[in-house]
Amino acid sequence: MKPQTISRPINILLAEDSPTDVMLTREALAHAKVLNILHVVENGVEAIEFLRREGPYAGVPRPDLVLLDLNMPRKNGHEVLAEIKADDRLKTIPIVILTTSRNESDLMKAYGSHANCYIAKPVDFEAFAEVVRSIENFWFTVVALPPAA
Amino acid sequence: MKTHTQTKPIDILIAEDSPTDVMLMREALHHAKVLNTLHVVEDGVAAMAFLRREGAHREAPRPDMILLDLNMPRKNGQEVLAEIKADDRFKDIPVVILTTSRAETDIGKAYKQHANCYITKPVDFDAFAEVVRSVEGFWFTVVTLPSTEPPCPTP
Repeated sequence: MKPQTISRPINILLAEDSPTDVMLTREALAHAKVLNILHVVENGVEAIEFLRREGPYAGVPRPDLVLLDLNMPRKNGHEVLAEIKADDRLKTIPIVILTTSRNESDLMKAYGSHANCYIAKPVDFEAFAEVVRSIENFWFTVVALPPAA
Repeated sequence: MKTHTQTKPIDILIAEDSPTDVMLMREALHHAKVLNTLHVVEDGVAAMAFLRREGAHREAPRPDMILLDLNMPRKNGQEVLAEIKADDRFKDIPVVILTTSRAETDIGKAYKQHANCYITKPVDFDAFAEVVRSVEGFWFTVVTLPSTEPPCPTP
């Protein structure tokens, strides 16, 4: 395994409106091999504000990875994804779609809008935690992340 | 873990000009959990010909994933990546950059051009095999890939 040279914690932005899924993600990442800080927003408007450091998010760090739900209030995940991947300052940030949707149309649309990968959430709690750990392990110990722009 | 309902082997296109690296990948994927068929091309021109089913690649399947080297003859990996991600027929195919380059300019450029992920090859053989297995494990057992149905009828 090629470990990243990590001198600071990894910042993960989780855009997710289900408190249960937030809790499960937080729990799974608390035991991660890589030191990480989880930032949570509950809808697509907040996700974009966070990434653009607008309003209450003035001092926030640039996330190293975004875990993006599709079905969210105010602005859905597809809209958030399209905005990120069309923005030269944000498009290099890896976006992992993490959703209950198994619809072919969602899948094709997300990859077509340059989602870095699409993961259908397992319903089972244990399996969900396992998926979160797989994401953490793959993206933070195998992959070379983009340089912090 | 959510696995794909697999009715046919996963088709992986490897664009790599180093025979040693191809051999290592072949070996690592041979023991993969997921049944897969490897298609190997040695340069960027051949990679595009494979995707477009041109010349000798008339019968080529649409790959489920592409493992793309950066430093290749005739057409390099960044050029291939840009062509794939600008083409509506191919842009949804996950492209994993697998290269010896650790240059930040290469990493940044690849993500900017919508590489799905960028991985630097470890020099050590065992570590390299381990990385290939990680790619396989993550992309084929955790990730939901785009439809494996080809957009045009299979020849």
